[in-house]
Amino acid sequence: MAEQQIVPSHQLVAPVGRQSGQPVSRCYQCHKCTAGCPVTMAMDLMPHQVVRFVQLGLEEELLKSKTIWQCAACRTCVSRCPNGIDIAAINDALKQRALAKGVQPALPEVAAFHQAFLASVKSKGRVHELGMMFAFKMKTGTYFQDVPLGLKMFRRGKLRLLPEGLKNKARFRALWQGEKGGQA
Amino acid sequence: MKLSYYPGCSLHSTAAEFSASTEAVFKALGVELQELGDWCCCGATSGHSLNSYLSHALPLHNLILAEAAGNDLLVPCAACYNSLKAAQTFMAGGSQEARELNRQAGQILGREYRGEVRVRHVVDMLADPRIQTLLDGKAKKSLAGLPLVAYYGCLLTRPPKVASFEANPEQPRLMDRLLALCGATPVGWTHKNECCGASLAIPQPQLVEQLVGKITAAARYAGAAAIVTACPLCQTNLDSRQPAGAEPLPVFFITEIIGLALGLDAAPWLKKHLVDPLPLLRQQGLLVAS
Repeated sequence: MAEQQIVPSHQLVAPVGRQSGQPVSRCYQCHKCTAGCPVTMAMDLMPHQVVRFVQLGLEEELLKSKTIWQCAACRTCVSRCPNGIDIAAINDALKQRALAKGVQPALPEVAAFHQAFLASVKSKGRVHELGMMFAFKMKTGTYFQDVPLGLKMFRRGKLRLLPEGLKNKARFRALWQGEKGGQA
Repeated sequence: MKLSYYPGCSLHSTAAEFSASTEAVFKALGVELQELGDWCCCGATSGHSLNSYLSHALPLHNLILAEAAGNDLLVPCAACYNSLKAAQTFMAGGSQEARELNRQAGQILGREYRGEVRVRHVVDMLADPRIQTLLDGKAKKSLAGLPLVAYYGCLLTRPPKVASFEANPEQPRLMDRLLALCGATPVGWTHKNECCGASLAIPQPQLVEQLVGKITAAARYAGAAAIVTACPLCQTNLDSRQPAGAEPLPVFFITEIIGLALGLDAAPWLKKHLVDPLPLLRQQGLLVAS
């Protein structure tokens, strides 16, 4: 990045700030977020860079980054930020922006997991872990990953064979469909 | 005393023993738990990751049901607890989006959210003076000499303004106090609220194994015989993904430890664990039959 010239643009500050509800302009790059983040070893942009890149309008770099998908949403960053900025919420806004713009997630398995999870909630109102895992594996081709663990959990009665549902499905569906412009 | 009870999806499956031990402990204390009728999933991490609307609407569904029931809402799952608190913060903010959601939810559910229901995590509730009075003198077995680390994870304390019921969210104490109340020795350690990787365990098991490895190594270094959590996903990750090479540490739910101290039949809960905690408990003389 060092040799590349960046022309700053404010195009992301307003939409990302609005969608995430975060005061992105307040960041003065103290790096406290990055110092405490538990998953920086798997990130391509550090958390403080995410906020800076939003300020500079570097949309492509952000939407194609691993970081927005890698974030574990542990909220250590916002807990320590002197300006109260929740970077996990910014990452959420950027994930949704990436999907809305058709940008291929840099960590497709993480995106596939979230999608499988929400599909499971949508169909029954509650997550059915076994069904969700099956859908995730079909989507990602990770058929054998964690199978021995799954069997152990199944033997201990930790995975239900059949899903649980809600009695008042109509009410739940109506609330679900109230979404406007959501991705699920 | 009567409380509404929101178990959430995990407590009906992967963390069934958290639900069973929570119900048993509160029953032993004479507190009635009434499961919220027709509760739905809170959306968890996937909800707020992909769909901001759902991350508010799904918890709101349950908050409105709880307000209709009229009691404080007891929540054992840290992720459900966090989602409910985040939705309450969002609604209290009074944005146009929040008011529109409330109006719409009111039409669908026949009742709007009023901001009256008090959401209590199990640890918060157990540390409540009213419950502490009930606990006093009820312990039948002492866990004396058992060195345990309290592992809080992320979502019980963060973000502090939204979720924390601790005096110092960076150094939470309430679970340590509960352990001491049971006679156990809560051990100070470095990884009380480091992240276990949460739901990344499914798409990225190696990463979570790495994070779990750091946490269990820290617990071992502090001299703990086992780890105690109050989050179903923390327990699942720590119980299932400890790296090979060292004797795995048992991982208990706080309610299981309190149940043991109260002399309740813990065997059905403990048999569900992947790291068998029975040898440790037998060694401590805490399990008679099994």
